[in-house]
Amino acid sequence: MTVAMTAGLLVFGAVYLMMKREMLRVILGFILLGHAGNMVLMAAGGASRRDLPYGAPGDLSTVADPLPQAFVLTAIVIAFSITIVMLVLAVTGNEDDDTAATAREVQE
Amino acid sequence: MSAALLPLFVAVPLMTAALLVIAGDRRTVHAVGLLGTMIAAVGAAVALVFEFRSGGAMAHGVSSWPFGIAIPFVADMFTALMLVVTGLLTIVCSWFAIASGRAANVYFAPLVLVLTAGVNGALLTADLFNLFVFIEVMLLPSYGLFVLAARHKGTLQQVAGARLYVTLNLLTSTVFLIGVGFIYGTAGTVNLAELAGLATTEPTVAISGAVCLFALGIKASVVPVHGWLAAAYPATSPAITALFSGLHTKVAIYGIYRVYAVLFDGDSRWLWIGVTLFCLTMVIGVLGAVGEKTTRSILAFHMISQIGYILLGVALFTLAGLTAGIFYLLHHMIVKASLFLSTGAVEVRYGTGEIGKLSGIAKREPVIAVAFFIAALSLAGLPPFSGFVAKFTLILASVEAGQIAAVVVMLLVSLVTLLSMLKIWSGVFWGNSTSSLFDCDDAPAVSSAPSPLGGVATKQAPAASSNVVAERPRIGMGLAGPAVVTAAITLGLGLGAELLLGLSAVAAEGLLDTTTYVQAVMGS
Repeated sequence: MTVAMTAGLLVFGAVYLMMKREMLRVILGFILLGHAGNMVLMAAGGASRRDLPYGAPGDLSTVADPLPQAFVLTAIVIAFSITIVMLVLAVTGNEDDDTAATAREVQE
Repeated sequence: MSAALLPLFVAVPLMTAALLVIAGDRRTVHAVGLLGTMIAAVGAAVALVFEFRSGGAMAHGVSSWPFGIAIPFVADMFTALMLVVTGLLTIVCSWFAIASGRAANVYFAPLVLVLTAGVNGALLTADLFNLFVFIEVMLLPSYGLFVLAARHKGTLQQVAGARLYVTLNLLTSTVFLIGVGFIYGTAGTVNLAELAGLATTEPTVAISGAVCLFALGIKASVVPVHGWLAAAYPATSPAITALFSGLHTKVAIYGIYRVYAVLFDGDSRWLWIGVTLFCLTMVIGVLGAVGEKTTRSILAFHMISQIGYILLGVALFTLAGLTAGIFYLLHHMIVKASLFLSTGAVEVRYGTGEIGKLSGIAKREPVIAVAFFIAALSLAGLPPFSGFVAKFTLILASVEAGQIAAVVVMLLVSLVTLLSMLKIWSGVFWGNSTSSLFDCDDAPAVSSAPSPLGGVATKQAPAASSNVVAERPRIGMGLAGPAVVTAAITLGLGLGAELLLGLSAVAAEGLLDTTTYVQAVMGS
């Protein structure tokens, strides 16, 4: 339940940030969304079983499922690399935004 | 061919890419490495098609780990056909990129090879999480290719397009990943063989699978989540647009076909959703093209429309429907690339693809004009080209399945498609060549890139009164070749449709009855 609520909260924040115009906030939104996805993957393996999954496994009912952990590790690496690509794109040509600026932004 | 060789479809392009990076800036080595690897891959894929000519499937678990632990690679007729056509497209698009000077960057060949590795992996994998990984392997080099340009020749439009493209794809991938997480949570496995038919009995698995299908639907740009494609694809260079149009959305379509066939076992309860959405995709895509002004954005909207046709095959889920859908998919990849490459050749040489700024190209460039004309008629579905066979079989299948509304939509959309193609024809190719005047400085940067095969395009804007078109060098055979070859393929597929229709039917049988596929994966 805690994992589900955390994932939901992260998606909430992600959607809020992605609605913003600025590329940087959109990227921050994606970081949150990526974490929400990782939470879902962790929950898929069962959050209650936490014993070491390697070495000589003890009671199989308490050993953590290693597969979702491997999934999450892969997903983190991929999300990280794409975040860097997006940050580069945010820096490159930051004057090219073709949406109209609001009155307040013009004053600034 | 041994099943143990299947992982080589991924490993060899990856290794070659690494070697080419080490080799450094040597154009010839890069061209030979890229084209050599691709030709070998196509050759191997043709061998696979021959192997599966009467059905069957083969699978291999990487490193011979036991089933359930190993990363499974599996191939059947559908996979083999896709491997052949994606490989061919990569070859012609790379050829065009080399001829248009776009491949001058030292990272072009390695990026295309990594892209190929991702595409082949996504086509061959039998594991949903690996599908996610391979789609990412396919997308990461694409982000690079999207903004790739000769030094100081990049445009802001490319960056803006790339932002949209990266953002959209990351969002979609995350949704897909969450769907995979849900499937693992509800079914306890992400192996397609173990998941076979599970969505028909377990509602929770069906919902999780629907999340995955939704994500693949965004990547395939199905209405109502189609807007990104028309905005992003025209922003990059012509060669890359052609390459992406042939590979990316089509891998997503392949995923939809495969996941619906295996995980949902073609469940007839949900097919109406597909029929409705895909008919909407056809109509909205073709209407979107009406308001566009450049050749490539018109073609991008047509792509959305055609994706509706292709996916209608899976929404019918009969033998005839799937056969028509697979045939349509293969035909469309070739024809769309041909259109992008012929208009792209004009855009590269004359600096713009805007309707109204160019005219009378047909007189100066009869070869390109004929190639465009053939592909355009094929796209609209006129005989004797492959588009006619594709549409005709799809309409027959829809009549057989009782989807009369879909038939009416298909016929009307074909008509509008033809009108739209005539718009490009009359706006760019037809007319009097002396009437064209435009300022060269507005032209995309690629127009002035040196081209090893076609000479160097002039950069200076001529005096306002003179004729721009007449002063530019003609499109050489190196630049026109890719469009001509693909146009010839569509003519060949139209005249000799029997062969590919037979192969598509074998592929469709493999989707209708997934037993051989599942058993091959289980036994790997």
